[in-house]
Amino acid sequence: MDREVHSQAYTKSRLGRWALIAVPYAWLLLFFLAPFVIVFKISLSEVVVSIPPYQPVIDWANGLAGVLDTARQWSFDNYIWLTQDAIYFKAYLSSLQIALIATAITLVVGYPIAYGMARAPKAWQPTLLMLIILPFWTSFLIRVYAWIGILKNEGLLNQVLMSLGLISDPLIILNTNAAVYIGIVYSYLPFMVLPLYSSLEKMDGSLIEAAEDLGCPPMKAFWQVTIPLSVPGIIAGCFLVFIPAVGEFVIPDILGGSETLMIGKTLWVEFFRNRDWPVASAVAVVLLLILVIPIVLFQRQQEKQREAA
Amino acid sequence: MEQRKISWFNITSLVLGFSFLYLPIVILVIYSFNASRLVTVWGGFSTKWYVSLLNNEQMLDAAWVTLRIGFTSATLATILGTLAAMVLARQGRFFGRTLFSGMIYAPLVMPEVILGLSLLLLFVAMDQARGFWTIMIAHTTFAMCYVAVVVQSRLAGFDKSLEEAAMDLGCPPVKTFFHVTLPQILPGVAAGWMLAFTLSLDDLVIASFTTGPGATTLPMKIYSQVRLGVTPEINAVCTILVGIVTVGVITASLITKRQQLQRERDERMAFAANQH
Repeated sequence: MDREVHSQAYTKSRLGRWALIAVPYAWLLLFFLAPFVIVFKISLSEVVVSIPPYQPVIDWANGLAGVLDTARQWSFDNYIWLTQDAIYFKAYLSSLQIALIATAITLVVGYPIAYGMARAPKAWQPTLLMLIILPFWTSFLIRVYAWIGILKNEGLLNQVLMSLGLISDPLIILNTNAAVYIGIVYSYLPFMVLPLYSSLEKMDGSLIEAAEDLGCPPMKAFWQVTIPLSVPGIIAGCFLVFIPAVGEFVIPDILGGSETLMIGKTLWVEFFRNRDWPVASAVAVVLLLILVIPIVLFQRQQEKQREAA
Repeated sequence: MEQRKISWFNITSLVLGFSFLYLPIVILVIYSFNASRLVTVWGGFSTKWYVSLLNNEQMLDAAWVTLRIGFTSATLATILGTLAAMVLARQGRFFGRTLFSGMIYAPLVMPEVILGLSLLLLFVAMDQARGFWTIMIAHTTFAMCYVAVVVQSRLAGFDKSLEEAAMDLGCPPVKTFFHVTLPQILPGVAAGWMLAFTLSLDDLVIASFTTGPGATTLPMKIYSQVRLGVTPEINAVCTILVGIVTVGVITASLITKRQQLQRERDERMAFAANQH
């Protein structure tokens, strides 16, 4: 009897275990994975003027025969279209380029901040950390919007520079790529500073002292000791800025101009203005394929870090 | 890093860095009190834009919709995310675990335009009328992943043997969760809820894709106004939002700090009592 009770409890806990796993699993399958399958499916269909504006690609009603029949009608026209119109290729390339340059600037801006934080007295560090994280909680849209008033032709930056007599004509920054760089650096700076700080903070200060005691000049010690030891932080920070920056929409749309070509914006225009859902889906699939490479590399690096720790 | 004297270079870079982070927001807040409609010319102190905001029906409607979506999606995301964290931290290996953790981490790095587009296409395929509920589901889906990550790190930091002890003593798993696990991970769960709430409050792209007629959120409203130009009224809305978030985050961190101190004091007292 005791045994029976035990096995009952066992079955019950197994059931409980599966129920626990099933609920979040089912939600993610339905609202995360299934949508991607649909995007892929629609990227293979043709645009029609109707609601929804595409031809259904799989005819579920006729069972397997219907599915096979429609599978024969799948067309890669949307993907071929992407290669034929140079605008898409340029948009992908320029997104990667803008993201890469912005990541490099963020690293250069973020490193001294993270370094200063790691050097600051221990008592200040929680406050400094809080100050870095706080902007992350405030609205992204608002933080990007705040720059319009500063960068405009008659904006604050130009007013200050002109009253100081540094320039005689206003600098044109808003609606150029320069504004997009400023926007990305500003918005993603916390993502760069946090991993840098955590790797610099762990560093053993006696290593630099040893180098300096042995007659190594401080600059050289910095390049040969500090930088190499903070490489994991540099890699993590760069990925965390680069990956989301490639698909960014809000920043190029609000701060960028007609010269700014970014794929997130192209997708938005394709979808909302041209109402070409199949092409928008194809753009999304290709963007995802491009981002898979850095995402996988990042995940690998993180795992290596975890194993090393 | 071992303590060395902080140099002038360090102090300068900290001051410059934090000015860069905070100056734009400070300027935005200052100009929300500008009497002049011209945003770049200072025309004296005034709160008239806040008053006109109170009479702006559309803005208030949008704010109400945003808050409702935020509360429901944050609550649902916290439940689902905590379950997901329990699965990742406590259930060991099971069939499909790799896919599961992939689906938890992928939305964190996925471009918003792709998440928005894919969810919209799902809702269209399901023939679902779009509006409040579709935005709510979309926000729940990506926010639960953030909650899962936050709660999981909290679970990883706490001793599993407490749960095992409770269950060995015959406490059923559900009761164990509510009486042993939940009190321990509560700060993580609360932080997860706040994160989910602010993510929902903040989101423009995913809401724009998954919305339907009648459901305009505050970011969507702000965005459509921003396209027409900078106005002191938007500055006022932004100031209110920034104020709410800042007060919320600082209060939360003070509360957790106090609880931590309280717990340490309790432990010390329990220890001292034991000695007698």
